[in-house]
Formats: sequence, C-alpha cells, structure tokens
Amino acid sequence: MADNGLRKVLADGLWHNNTGLVQLLGLCPLLAITTNTINGLGLGLATLLTLLASNACVSLIRNLVRPEVRIPVYVLIIASVVTAIELSMNAWFHDLYLILGIFIPLIVTNCAIIGRAEAFASKNSLPRALVDALAIGLGFTAVLVTLGALRELIGSGTLFAQAHLMFGEAARGLAIVVWEDYRGFLLAILPPGAFIGLGLLIAGKNVIDTRMKQAATVRAKAAQAASTA
Amino acid sequence: MRFPTVTSPHLTPPHSVGRVMTQVILALIPATIAATWYFGWGVLINIGIAVTTALACEAVMLTLRRRPLPPALGDLSAVVAAWLFALTLPPLVPWWIAVIGIAFAMVFAKHLYGGLGYNPFNPAMVGFVVVLLSFPRELSLWTIPAVLAEQRLGFTDYLNAIFLGHLPAGLTWDALTSATPLDRVRTELGMNRTLDEIRENPFFGDFSGRGWEWVGNWYLLGGLWLAYRRVIDWRIPLAVLLSLCALAAAFHLFDPGRFASPAFHLFSGAAIVGAFFIATDPVTASTTPRGRLIYGAGIGVLIYVIRTWGGYAEGVAFAVLLMNMAAPTIDHYTRPRVFGTRRGERDAP
Repeated sequence: MADNGLRKVLADGLWHNNTGLVQLLGLCPLLAITTNTINGLGLGLATLLTLLASNACVSLIRNLVRPEVRIPVYVLIIASVVTAIELSMNAWFHDLYLILGIFIPLIVTNCAIIGRAEAFASKNSLPRALVDALAIGLGFTAVLVTLGALRELIGSGTLFAQAHLMFGEAARGLAIVVWEDYRGFLLAILPPGAFIGLGLLIAGKNVIDTRMKQAATVRAKAAQAASTA
Repeated sequence: MRFPTVTSPHLTPPHSVGRVMTQVILALIPATIAATWYFGWGVLINIGIAVTTALACEAVMLTLRRRPLPPALGDLSAVVAAWLFALTLPPLVPWWIAVIGIAFAMVFAKHLYGGLGYNPFNPAMVGFVVVLLSFPRELSLWTIPAVLAEQRLGFTDYLNAIFLGHLPAGLTWDALTSATPLDRVRTELGMNRTLDEIRENPFFGDFSGRGWEWVGNWYLLGGLWLAYRRVIDWRIPLAVLLSLCALAAAFHLFDPGRFASPAFHLFSGAAIVGAFFIATDPVTASTTPRGRLIYGAGIGVLIYVIRTWGGYAEGVAFAVLLMNMAAPTIDHYTRPRVFGTRRGERDAP
C-alpha cells in the first residue's frame, strides 16, 4: 500500500501534475532561461536540489511549527537553501552561474517550491516528502530541458552547446551541430519562441493524455465484454 | 460561406467572404503592377510563393482540424493574407523566408486560434513580424527602384536569385539593393545630420525616396475604391492617416531639422497600404463606428512613435498588431447606443 502511494506521488510529479505543463508554476524562469539545453538543465537541477532540501526541512519540522507562522518559516527555509545553492554554483559552476544570473536567486520566488512545502511536505512524512520533491523536481527539469532543446535546435541548429560549462572541459565534445550552415531562426531564441514552445509542449501532453484515456476505455470495455461473456 | 441575417424583413446582402476578398484582390492589382514595375519581377514571384504556401498550409490545417476543405479554401481569405504578406517582402528575399512567414501566419496566427473570424491578430502582419525579427539581414534586401537602378534583372535572373541565391555574373547584392527611405533617414539622423542635408542626396525625390514615393498612390487608388464600395469603412484609413500626419506636422513644425515632414511619413514605407488594406481587416479591427476612429488613430500614433523613437525604421506591422490586441477593449467601451434607449441608459441585457 505504501509502495503504491509513493508510486502515485512519483507519477503525479512527473506527469499528471507536472509543474511546468499542468500547474504552470515557475513560468518566469521556465520561459526566460530555456534558450538552450544546458541552461535548462542547470536551472532544473538547482530547482531540484532546492526542492529536496526545503521539502525535507519542512517535513521534519511539520509538527513543531504553529500554523499561524508557517508561511514565514517556509520562506526562511527556502531562502536559506537557495542562498546556499547560489553560493555553491558561484564557486563550482561559475560560468553557468553567470549565464543563469538573476534566475538562481529567483528560485526563492518559484511558487512551485513553496507550493510543495505548503501542500505536501507539511502534511507528509520525510520519505514521502523526499519522493515528492524528487518527482516534482525531475518533472520540472524535464520540461526545462525539453523546451531548451527545442528552442536551441530550431533557433541555432545545435544541441548541448556550452555543455562544458556544466560538465567540465571533457564535455566540450557533447555539443552537437545538428544542421551545418544553419542560418538560425531567431524567433525561437527570443521570448515569443518560449511561449510558443511551451504552448506546443502542453498541447502535445494533452494529445498523449487523450490518446491514453481512449486506449484505457477501449481496454475497459473489452474486459467488461470478456467478463460478461 | 454566407452569414445571412435572421431578422425578417431584410434581404440578404450579396456580401460573402469570397466576394469581399475578390474585391480586395482587385483593389490590390494596380499597386501590384506598380510595385512590379518599380521593384522588379521578384514581387510577382513572392506573391506566387506565398499564395501557394498559404493554400497548402490552409488545406493541411483544415484536414488536421477535420473541417471541410472547399468553403475555407474557396473564400480567398488565405490568398489575400498571402498577397499582402508578399507585398511587404523585399523582392530579392530567398524563397524559404516567404514560405516560413506565411506558413507561420496560416498555422499559428490563423488556424491555432480557430480559423477565419477567430484570429485576434492580422495573419499577414504576424508572418511579416516573424520573418522581420528572425531574418533582419535578408529583409533589408530591397531592390533599387526602377527610376534609379542602373541594372535591371530579368524574370529568370529573379528566379535564380530567389530560389538558388545566384546573381547574374558581374552583379553584387550591393549594386542591386539599397536601404529604404525610412531606413536611410533613420541611419543618417543617427549620424547627426539634419533632414535638409539628407534630402540633398539624389536618392530622395519630392516627398520621400524617388520611386518609393509613388507606389503608395496605387494603393490609395485601390483603397479608395474599396471604401467607395463599402468593403472597408472609411473611418479606419482616415483616422490612421490623419493621426500620423497630425503628429508628424506638430513635431515637424517644432524642429524641421530632426523630424520629417508629414508628406514624408505619408509617402514612405507602408503607411498607405497599412491604412487601407491591413488596418481594415474585418476580423482583427475594431467593429463599432467610434471604436474604428480610436483604433485607427491608435495605429497612426504608434506608427509615428515607432518610426521616430523605436528600434525599427518602419512600424506599421507592430502598430497594427498592438492595436489588434486593444480592439476588443475598444469595442467594449464604444458600443453604440441601442435605438430607443436614452444616453447613459443601460440597454437590456
């Protein structure tokens, strides 16, 4: 039963209740920094780490904090976690830190994080809160990376450019030039490209959901027919 | 496609989308011929590419949306959008730019919003803005108008240039293309030259760039005929041009060395075609009489502001799109008084 519950938490965070595609939370960093894949991955992982730490803290103190002061306490926790992450990124991924700039401290204001603290971690045990943070964080990262890859591919015809910023000099070879001699389609890199790209991703998810629902009803009908026969 | 009125004693007017669009195309023909004469065969080739692509995209989107093909393909609205879009393109622009622009216009600006009648933004202008933002260098390849050009390209030269990117031997892009009058004035004003110095260049004629200044008149001819036929409402073009001229005149009187004359603004760029053909799009424009005056005046003001202080030399497309966004609000606040109610009295819900 517990295992089943955790699986549901995972599926919700990764797909059914995805932060980027369903809840539409944290759109500001999502739209602003996904000009290439590596930026998306960098911010996604930073958000994932923040979520893990903040969900864990909130879950551990959930029986100590009085409800009247819970929101300021959550904000304090998240702000300290983000400050720590910002300082570490500045130390170890300095170039990436320079590119992501203001959007790293702005993780504090990402409503997805305080949303999870308030709606989930403050009511659940540590393991469940951690699984939830992992699922939500990975789901958000997946959207950031997909949108970043989409915009990078259409906008400049490459994939994983600047991978060395994240994985060190050895990863320079990861950068793929998909189309040689590509002139670039600036619109995809500019803000409109972010909105259009996100719209297309949401539409794609809805199509997949509809297909899955149709398949499920067909299967249910078949099972019913088989059981009555 | 017909939209008959339901109240009883009226006869159905013979207006249908197809008929309106046919008249718009007829009104565009003089200007198209003039543009082809001044700027070369590329104009016609661009129209051909854009119209073909638009119809293909329309057919694909209608099939995907499971709608019947004939009424929407036959109403010519896609042809008009593609035609107007093609007229905004420089004649030597590579073929794939026309294809990308009009495909984006049809798929994203028209069909994703629900097709004709539901699109909040003018598709032709969305297509133009997309290619303008994405390919600024290619969009500056305007051919030198006929009265100034030393060499003129033949039809096959244009086909080669547009589809293969080859120019005839001995010619360079620089010899064939030049900046538009608006671009040139903008650049030279940036170099701290006064308008009088700028206008001494033989490039400039009586009002604007030589050659450029007369194309607008042919749009005016077609536009006036459309207004006479009541296909478009005279209020929109009048408001656009009046507000543009009024602002230009005020600033020109204030400092003639820095701010161009109203005539220059009127006869340069897309002011006239924008006022008569683009701002009057029945789907995206305001629909109430007073609203149309406000809508048009807003476009005129924005054109002037963008041309004078904005980041681009020409602002018609941006002005139209911005006012498209405002049109529903304008309509909401300018609803005409219902006959029989007193001023200030709310009509029955």
